[in-house]
Amino acid sequence: MAFFEGNKMTAGYGSGPDIINSCSINADKGEIVAILGPNGAGKSTAMKAMLGLLNLKSGSVLMDGKNISSLSPQDRVKAGISFVPQTRNVFADLTVRENLEVGAFLRSDDINKVIEEIYELFPILNEKRSQKVGQLSGGQRQQVALGRALMIRPSVLMLDEPTAGVSPIVMDELFDHIIKVKETNVAIIMVEQNAKQALSISDRGYVLVTGENKFEGSGNELLNDPEVRRSFLGA
Amino acid sequence: MDFINAILVLLNYTIIPALTYGSQLALGAIFVTLIYGILRFANFATGDMMSFGTMFAVLLTYYFQSLGINLGIFPTALITIPFATFMMILYMLSIDKFVFEYYRIKKSPPVQLAMVSVGVMFVTQAIIRIIIGPADRTFLDGQKFILKASEFKEMTGLNEGLTIKSTQAITIVITMIAVSIMFWFLNRTKTGTSMRAYSDNEDLALLSGIDPKRVVLITWIIAGILATIGGILYGLDKSYRPFVYFNNMLPIFAAAIVGGIGNPFGAFLGGYVIAFAEIFLTYAYKKFFTYILPEALEPNSMMQLLSTDYKFAVSFSILVIVLLFRPSGIFKGKTL
Ligand SMILES: Nc1ncnc2c1ncn2[C@@H]1O[C@H](COP(=O)(O)OP(=O)(O)OP(=O)(O)O)[C@@H](O)[C@H]1O
Ligand SMILES: [Mg+2]
Repeated sequence: MAFFEGNKMTAGYGSGPDIINSCSINADKGEIVAILGPNGAGKSTAMKAMLGLLNLKSGSVLMDGKNISSLSPQDRVKAGISFVPQTRNVFADLTVRENLEVGAFLRSDDINKVIEEIYELFPILNEKRSQKVGQLSGGQRQQVALGRALMIRPSVLMLDEPTAGVSPIVMDELFDHIIKVKETNVAIIMVEQNAKQALSISDRGYVLVTGENKFEGSGNELLNDPEVRRSFLGA
Repeated sequence: MDFINAILVLLNYTIIPALTYGSQLALGAIFVTLIYGILRFANFATGDMMSFGTMFAVLLTYYFQSLGINLGIFPTALITIPFATFMMILYMLSIDKFVFEYYRIKKSPPVQLAMVSVGVMFVTQAIIRIIIGPADRTFLDGQKFILKASEFKEMTGLNEGLTIKSTQAITIVITMIAVSIMFWFLNRTKTGTSMRAYSDNEDLALLSGIDPKRVVLITWIIAGILATIGGILYGLDKSYRPFVYFNNMLPIFAAAIVGGIGNPFGAFLGGYVIAFAEIFLTYAYKKFFTYILPEALEPNSMMQLLSTDYKFAVSFSILVIVLLFRPSGIFKGKTL
């Protein structure tokens, strides 16, 4: 049994059709799990379901063995699940430091120490701490988004395309940061379009197609699976 | 000498009145912008809500006067501010609970909420009519002038006097204090930052654990304090005519939009932009030019660009021009 599990989740938006169908994803502490799949496959939807942003029609979400399916998203955040959405994942009108402060909204202790840790992880954020995030570059913004999510010292971190729109060099940097976070014993689930790079740093991966689990396995297994290669890795 | 006299004319008839009127507009515009930024609709009940709060200040002033309570040289109305603000906040929170909340939970589009606020406006007007009636009332007491023209002339030996009404000084001082505290709160406290975050990106604010109910509550409280103070200061300065506040919504909305709607600091400056534009464009400059021009060139007309009847046209034109050319407002920055 893994630390964070979504079991056979079926869900859709409002009264619309089911977007994910009996979809299962799990991650253990200290593990990076990649979710891959074509556009519109339901990757983001699966993550939102695990955070409680949409209601499950069937299936369950477990954390540390406890069923958290009935908890609101806010309560799941309180329980230690952090989420970086695919779009609008920063407060553009707030400064870098304020973004981090808002990330720590639920903490009542002294947050300066955590902010210092984030600055150590992302030195550029320290340099730009009083700048509005709307004025930062795409890669810097993704670091702010990641930093904000880390402020609660989550035990589960869900990242929806953390490297969207950044150059290959920054992408490698971001992946390095994500590995550092994983080493602090956090369960990380990430959706990625850069499939090969993502699998190369992931312990395991899932391929979703039309809302269902199509393939799953360790990073290497998926990288070397001829069918996955042909249909998703473009090689 | 003539130059100083000319400046005094401008101070007396344009600059000091515009700073006063601008402060009153600024407080209303911040109200509009806060409600827009957090609750995401244009509140057409703004003017009448300001009137509603002021009504309590008027009634309480009469009550205190009847008890013989006063503030000496200061207007009695100043002690009523906390009570009037309290009543106003109570009223706004119940309106929110019984009216706006329903549409907010339903996630109604902003236009629908704006139309609902028109309904709230009519109800508020009716309540004011029932409680105090439409009559014009003066509730200013205490010393009327800080500096009288005659005293100033005596002191300086100049032709022109400088007049500072106590309501003008009180308006400017109280506005500066209230607005500074509000900006300190918005920019320096955890709750203020959470409000700005909510205004900027609601979904991410929720994902960060910010409680939307609390944000809405605090917004009404802050907006209510500013709107009541603005309404009372306007009433003290001009006299309390309950339904003039409705007309003031045009310059107030113009100020909020000029400042970039959703941006409180912009709304604050916008209040002065509108006030100065209105007063500079409708002031008759004859006396001013008589001082600075040589006798031969003395103007024989009033030297007035627009009749004061057109003062609302000024706000309206500015509003239209800004919406056409700089819809995001003339100042930098976007939201809270
Ligand atoms: N808020 C929403 N309301 C209704 N339908 C939605 C909503 N968000 C997504 N969908 C639908 O759900 C389906 C899956 O969307 P989802 O965002 O989960 O895909 P994805 O796998 O993350 O794709 P991408 O790689 O493009 O991000 C799509 O068909 C989309 O139209
Ligand atoms: Mg997606």
